[in-house]
Amino acid sequence: MSIIFLILPVTLFLSAGAVAAFAWATRSGQFDDLETPGIRLLHDESSGKARPTDQKGEREAG
Amino acid sequence: VSAAVEIGTPAPVRVCPPPEPNCAHCGLPVPAARLEPKRETQFCCDGCESVFAILHGAGLTEYYTQRGPSDARNGTPQRSKRKFEELDEPAFRQSRCQPQVGGALSCEFFVEGVHCSACVWLLERLPRVTPAVFEARYDLTRSVLQIVWDPTLAPLSEVARALDSLGYTPHPTYSTTLAAEQRKGDRALLLRLGIAGAAAGNVMLMALALYSGEYAGMAAEYATFFRWGSLAIATPAVFWGGNLFFRGGLASLRTRTPHMDLPVSLGLLAGYLGSAVNTLRGQGEVYFDSLCTLIFLLLVGRYLQRTHQRRSAKASELLNALAPTTARLIEGEALREVPASALRVGDIVEVREGERVTVDGVICNGGSALDTSLLTGESFPEEVSVGDRVHAGTSNLSAPIRVRVESVGSDTRLGRLMHSVETTQRERAPIVRFADRVAGYFVQVIVALAAFTLLVWSRLDASHAIDHTVALLVVTCPCALGMATPLAVSAALRAAARCGVLFKGGEFIEELARPGIIVFDKTGTLTEGRLALVSWSGDEALKPLVRAVEATSGHPIARAFQRSIAGNDLRCEAREEHPGGVRARIAEPGRDARDVLVGSISFVRAILGSLPIWAINLAQAHAAAGRTPVLVAIDGEVSAIAAFADTIRADAASSLKRLAELGFQFEVLSGDDQRVVDAVVAELGVPLLNATGGASPEAKLATISALRAQGQRVFMVGDGVNDAAAMAAANVGVAVHGGAEACLSAADVFTTRPGLETVALAAEGSKRTMRVIRIGIGLSLAYNALGIALAVTGRLDPLWAAVLMPLSSISVVTAALRARTFTQSSTP
Repeated sequence: MSIIFLILPVTLFLSAGAVAAFAWATRSGQFDDLETPGIRLLHDESSGKARPTDQKGEREAG
Repeated sequence: VSAAVEIGTPAPVRVCPPPEPNCAHCGLPVPAARLEPKRETQFCCDGCESVFAILHGAGLTEYYTQRGPSDARNGTPQRSKRKFEELDEPAFRQSRCQPQVGGALSCEFFVEGVHCSACVWLLERLPRVTPAVFEARYDLTRSVLQIVWDPTLAPLSEVARALDSLGYTPHPTYSTTLAAEQRKGDRALLLRLGIAGAAAGNVMLMALALYSGEYAGMAAEYATFFRWGSLAIATPAVFWGGNLFFRGGLASLRTRTPHMDLPVSLGLLAGYLGSAVNTLRGQGEVYFDSLCTLIFLLLVGRYLQRTHQRRSAKASELLNALAPTTARLIEGEALREVPASALRVGDIVEVREGERVTVDGVICNGGSALDTSLLTGESFPEEVSVGDRVHAGTSNLSAPIRVRVESVGSDTRLGRLMHSVETTQRERAPIVRFADRVAGYFVQVIVALAAFTLLVWSRLDASHAIDHTVALLVVTCPCALGMATPLAVSAALRAAARCGVLFKGGEFIEELARPGIIVFDKTGTLTEGRLALVSWSGDEALKPLVRAVEATSGHPIARAFQRSIAGNDLRCEAREEHPGGVRARIAEPGRDARDVLVGSISFVRAILGSLPIWAINLAQAHAAAGRTPVLVAIDGEVSAIAAFADTIRADAASSLKRLAELGFQFEVLSGDDQRVVDAVVAELGVPLLNATGGASPEAKLATISALRAQGQRVFMVGDGVNDAAAMAAANVGVAVHGGAEACLSAADVFTTRPGLETVALAAEGSKRTMRVIRIGIGLSLAYNALGIALAVTGRLDPLWAAVLMPLSSISVVTAALRARTFTQSSTP
């Protein structure tokens, strides 16, 4: 049972890491727009192949 | 039978039935006049046809497969056809564009007309339409398109015109600092939410160990360890996640206004301090799990409310951005589009037909008819010519005019009106929400109960007195009470937006839930706000002739003829337009050309010399009834008299009846002529307290203030700048669809669909929402009573607190989210 003295701090450390990752993601704007990326994903799959006669090429590197 | 008559009346047999009478671009039915039987694709208007051509040219026809069948019928693309030259000004580039790598620039635009995912697809393929654009990314949450383009290949105005030609009118985002601040606030709240959530989850694990340890037995060293662990995790949750509530509680104390944050802070602080002391002492109860869950749940409520409130705010911001801020400056022979703020007194600007006047000034060239309804409430257009004064906020209807600038920006009449709106808004007392009022009493009861518990238990069992008091404060910490309103309101805001009603804040739902006096504007609110043919005395066969004579004019009467009579292919041989009327020569197939006069009494009399008595009598009768008579003379003889009026909205009477059922009373307050107001009121047939005409914006404001001073609850419904100050003074200002931008910014609620039915919907939905809020608050108070009973008798342990709180919250959440509030069907 005394392993708990080791495990609990490790757990807390891991949770702190998750919170830090969340803080980073929030501050870098990953949660600002939750709607468009989902739609964009669907578009990119079909549009790239459907228009082979594209003169300009996809310049929209994400 | 002539071709004109055949199209005007429904033909029993069609010569060539088109295979698909819907527009190939927007899916709307194609009007008969535009049907081209030989072509495969049909279009309802020029706009659709040109967008279709652009998409084909750029190889973007996939747009039509990207969108679903329901997305297609979203109406025709609206194009502003502006030149956007103001975007090329160096000042604009400096303040709004950010440099990117390789000499490219980026800029953000609000974009109008995005309604489905295919629109997003098309917008992001802008580089194929305009090669100067490297990248276009759309943000649905903010309705903002970010463009990266090469300024050496094309100016920004060209990019903007390309967007406009697709039917997505771009508007520069006018306040980048405000948006950045808002985003910062959003992120900070989300971060709090994340921390509180992580803390709640981890503390709960340890609390579970502690609770099971209490029943199954646990060595003291482990219990102490878990308690210290809980303290470590709960501390950031309380002081980082929860400091929002402490700040609110402090503000509530300082301003002596009741607020929900006060009892929340009290419970949080008492719970945290009590538990921390018990951890240090190594005995007594700890409530860290309940505290963390509480903070997390309350923050979820706040977050939802903020998100939904921001959506309506965004919509109003977008509408605000539509205001034309540019003017066409005349410099010698050249014309240049400049920001209106750059104009100086004495400059000369050109205002073309269909455009909004952006300055106050005097006409120095040209004559036209101005639509002043948004500024003054007058339903009939004002004829202006050289030397006449024009005001910002009016629109030019029929011909280009040149205006010498006398005042711009905040010095214009519009600017002064907007200033009074701001002053009134600042002075308006904030609304104390129902839940906060309840919280005000609640906190007093809790403090009294806590004192009572402390006193009684210090006599009975002094060692437990503090523990029991802390338990009481924790269990009464109004989690469900705090969540009931934000949840019900955010669900209601979403439902309302779907019905076409946008509330700028949840508090206006509460205000609208209780009946009072609704003051309506007339022009554009109770009525359509545009002239329609209401009476025609004369031969029906003359109508196509008059329609053809008026077909090419932008005059409001001509427009009304164009709307009211079906189009045809008659052409005038000769046509001259005068102030007050039109004179033309026109031939129907198989007949000699005839001389046609269409115009006002004085215009026709001036040409013919005299008028028959019947015509004068009829015309005067129309004028007395608030209608505008128009005479038609064929070959020198008066043959027909048409009368025009601003017709009442089809749903006005029924909507007012629905509002009356809810207990509302009505008043009409219009800037229009008293006779016109009386005619409209008589036709409406709904009992009114009062109907006043000829009211200036200042008089409207004074009337509303006087009503409020009498202790009445007053709601102002309107659409014009002249209503804006009155709206700001009312308990709730409602702007109806199609209103002026100034009015939208003053309004607390605005509708996105034409008609008054949405106003009735808003009131009915508000009443239902208020019922949901009351149920939620009742439920949470019932749970609190149970908790108080347990705490005062000393039977409450942390486990009970941990079970009771989520249970009460879940029932409140369920009640809030399952309720039907704003719905299309009217079942109040």
